[in-house]
Amino acid sequence: MKNYFKNMKSITKVDYATYLGVIVAFVVVTLLQSAGLLNRSMSGMLVPICCYICMAVSLNLTVGILGELSLGHAGFMSVGAFSGVIVSMSLQSSVPNEVVRLVLALVVGAILAAIVGFVVGIPVLRLRGDYLAIVTLAFGEIIKGIINCLLVGWDENGLHIALNIDGTKTIDSLHLGENAIQIIKGAQGAAGNHRIASFPAGFVLVMITLIIVLNLVRSRTGRAVMAIRDNRIAAESVGINVTKYKLIAFVTSAALAGASGALFGLNYSSISADQFDFNTSILVLVYVVLGGLGNIWGSIIATVVLYVLPEALREFSDYRMLAYAVVLILVMLATNNNQFKALLGRILPKGRKGAAANG
Amino acid sequence: MEFLSYLITGISLGSIYAIIALGYTMVYGIAKMLNFAHGDVIMVGGYVAFYSMTYASSSLLGASPSAAMAGLSTLVCVLLAMVVCTVLGVVIEGLAYRPLREAGSLAVLITAIGVSYFLQNAAQLLFGANPKNFTPVISGQLTLFDGQLRISYVALLTVVACIVIMVCLTLFTSRSKMGKAMRACSEDKGAAQLMGIHVNRTISMTFAIGSALAAIAGVLLCSYSPVLLPTTGSMPGIKAFTAAVFGGIGSIPGAFLGGILLGIIESMAQAYISTQLSNAILFAVLIVVLLVKPSGLLGKYVPEKV
Amino acid sequence: MKKRQITAMLMAGAMCMGMLAGCGNKDDGQTGGSSDTFTIGVVGPLTGDAAIYGTNVLNAAQIAVDEINAMDGDIKFNLISADDVNDPETSVNAYNKLMDDGMQLLVGTVTSKPALSVAPLAYEDRVFTLTPSASGDDVIEGNDNVYQVCFTDSNQGSRSAQYIDEHFDGAKIAIIYKNDDPYSQGIRDTFAAEAKTRGMDVVYEGTFDSSSQTDFNVQLTGAQSAGADLLFLPIYYTPASVILTQANAMGYAPTFFGVDGMDGILTADGFDASLAEGVYLLTPFSADAQDEATQNFVTEYKDRHGETPNQFAADAYDAVYILYEAIKASGVTPDMSNEEICDGLIQAMGDLSVVGLTSAGSEMTWDDNGAVSKDPAAVVIKDGTYVTP
Repeated sequence: MKNYFKNMKSITKVDYATYLGVIVAFVVVTLLQSAGLLNRSMSGMLVPICCYICMAVSLNLTVGILGELSLGHAGFMSVGAFSGVIVSMSLQSSVPNEVVRLVLALVVGAILAAIVGFVVGIPVLRLRGDYLAIVTLAFGEIIKGIINCLLVGWDENGLHIALNIDGTKTIDSLHLGENAIQIIKGAQGAAGNHRIASFPAGFVLVMITLIIVLNLVRSRTGRAVMAIRDNRIAAESVGINVTKYKLIAFVTSAALAGASGALFGLNYSSISADQFDFNTSILVLVYVVLGGLGNIWGSIIATVVLYVLPEALREFSDYRMLAYAVVLILVMLATNNNQFKALLGRILPKGRKGAAANG
Repeated sequence: MEFLSYLITGISLGSIYAIIALGYTMVYGIAKMLNFAHGDVIMVGGYVAFYSMTYASSSLLGASPSAAMAGLSTLVCVLLAMVVCTVLGVVIEGLAYRPLREAGSLAVLITAIGVSYFLQNAAQLLFGANPKNFTPVISGQLTLFDGQLRISYVALLTVVACIVIMVCLTLFTSRSKMGKAMRACSEDKGAAQLMGIHVNRTISMTFAIGSALAAIAGVLLCSYSPVLLPTTGSMPGIKAFTAAVFGGIGSIPGAFLGGILLGIIESMAQAYISTQLSNAILFAVLIVVLLVKPSGLLGKYVPEKV
Repeated sequence: MKKRQITAMLMAGAMCMGMLAGCGNKDDGQTGGSSDTFTIGVVGPLTGDAAIYGTNVLNAAQIAVDEINAMDGDIKFNLISADDVNDPETSVNAYNKLMDDGMQLLVGTVTSKPALSVAPLAYEDRVFTLTPSASGDDVIEGNDNVYQVCFTDSNQGSRSAQYIDEHFDGAKIAIIYKNDDPYSQGIRDTFAAEAKTRGMDVVYEGTFDSSSQTDFNVQLTGAQSAGADLLFLPIYYTPASVILTQANAMGYAPTFFGVDGMDGILTADGFDASLAEGVYLLTPFSADAQDEATQNFVTEYKDRHGETPNQFAADAYDAVYILYEAIKASGVTPDMSNEEICDGLIQAMGDLSVVGLTSAGSEMTWDDNGAVSKDPAAVVIKDGTYVTP
């Protein structure tokens, strides 16, 4: 066993350490929670943290592994969130079991987000660099705009969906029957959701995301994707189907974002489309960049720290977001400062240096 | 006639986008970075102009100043806003962006976002959350066709300012020594340095010009839609960024064309299709254009070399 | 691993430590829930786009709390607050934070969208909730412990339609409203429904949302060319001030008719108040009212914060006094559990009637649902003040 571990590649070790870290964190937090040592604001943040971890890890697949800057990741989250809420609310009577309903909502959210990701990916991935970035931003805004016009209700006859394009329709235009549930009311979003998301569900979603992303990255497909990132022309010349592999990475990333969106949506009593705007995409991008591009466990830690930071800074009241901005700038400056890096290199044990060359 | 007034609305809105986009495009062309804090510099420009104009009209000028005096004080206030924004732009560049010159473009992007958060929150602490109603720098309107068509002087001023700025910038970058240095830096920083161009100074200069433009854009934006908030700049900033990409980022006429077209599309979509979906339509047009011309309307196509 | 990653990890570690330290300090400072004072929590946007509403509510609530604490009575309040940036997600975090700090009564949330996320939590936790200004019908719907100080949106919409029908016979009406705001959309919906049953002539409807609330040239041109001579604006005064300015710039002068959100327009910073001449609005509060209570409140607010309070502030001031009256009537004490306090206050609210700043001299009462009943007064702006038309 010891030998086996010794012979493992350092990359595989990092992967297993990531899984282990997440499991340990889950166990510790669950124990703390059951012992009543976690205050309300901490336990209230657990599910959103899980959602944002999935968002960051999946965005890392696009930005870090595939090497394409995406500024519209929140759009996929939004698709997942609203489809998840629709599924959960319309199945309220027929599927009373919350766990089954949650799983169904997550799966539908992932599938719909994957479909949108596919539709978006085909045109987007033809472009390069900042042009690609602006088009993902554009798609994020388009998704937001469309959901803002969406009216969805449920009655005995099934789902009723309408698009409120001229702005004069309301939920009443759906002519719902008796015992109807009004699910999405255009720009006002969805209200009255049953909150069925839970921390264990969030943990399972994080584990599934990690398994999918890490296995994808370490597989033949993942190597092809990274080859495209490092040199597209060279990759093409050795016969890698660039469009196919780019789409695989992009659609996987969208599907995971959809699933985390569904979990997120089911953690709140109300959601609206403008919660998933450009700023949310940027927020997740900050997690990814600060955690290190292509570095999965980095994304996890950065997400946890940066999500908790504004809450922890509540002590500063009015200066809270100002302090957050200053911390963000200083961290970026420090991590990119050569002197600072050299200082760290001297402090850290030498054994790490070998690994550093591999990473 | 209705169509004409929608068109004029679109063009004057587009001119504001164009002025902001010019700042974006110049900075991008040279520093190769997306300066997300640009929109917030606009907001700062608006606030400086607001406070100096309020101060001038309440304390410096008498109860009924002559038209010339009022005009002069407005001009001074706008100049003051430009100076403050220029200093701010150079300081931001020196403190936050210059240390990251060697770092990846994403690191700079995140820093720019940090600067943007900083400016917005600092503005709220300094100026308060209360929205300020900006007095347009120029009031009144032109009436044509027996009052069927009205064009406000603000709209005219905006369009004229935009064209003047575009022409001046084109001349500046093609004729002056500094302009040539800028183009050299955007082409190849290393080579430019070898030719004796002070790269850091050139980049600072670009930020100074871009921020001065942002101040003008701020004053015009607030004259056009007179509410001033700490978040005033962010949405126009994103739209102007879109406009810059639309026209081909890095290209000065491209930013102008992109801005005007974006303004017209937005106004037409709101008027004839749906105010709800106007942003979605605007971005859909952008996507179609980029699919047909992947480097924007007037952008240079750079073939990839192996 | 790259060195950068290690660096990032170290930074992360350092920040975590910092945060833990921060949390540690916080626990020492917990004073909420002590036996002689009630802890009131305010959740609202103190930063961001909607900060003006949250800061007004917090400032006014603080004034009311200070006044009550200065009295010789047995009831003392301790006010704590948390920022929600007008975002449902953050509002839940803010609410949880206040629960940790020992909140017993919630004055909030300030805006409707976060309220839809927070009210169900307060319902489950049995925290008595009195929202000063989240006027959405859904906010109180189904939550027996959630009450409003402001009108529900549906109430305002139908009252406005009624008033317009009675006083502006045969008007061609245009509506400009904000369709991602439940407040504005809600008023518009009931207004449109009431207008339809009364056979009123609505010739144009224009919408805008948070990302487009600074430019109304297109909507105004649309209303003008549809021949509208009355413009109904169920929106807040900030976009309304833009509409007035831009309408003036294009030479369009219909009758403007606003609702309670329009209050504040006369004192908007830098706004040319002469543009608001002749604007009608249906409002329960006016900072220019001559009664003593309003005058004292406005003077105190101006002294402390240098600006004129808006209707949100008045609602919050009333909210604290309503809590005071309800506590007095029910006899609950601070050492009771939240559930006992909540049940006691729900009992008391049914019979309570309070005269406040926002009831224009009449008495506020509440139905079982939590909706307030008070009289909105229509006023018209003349020479820079509200007068009864």
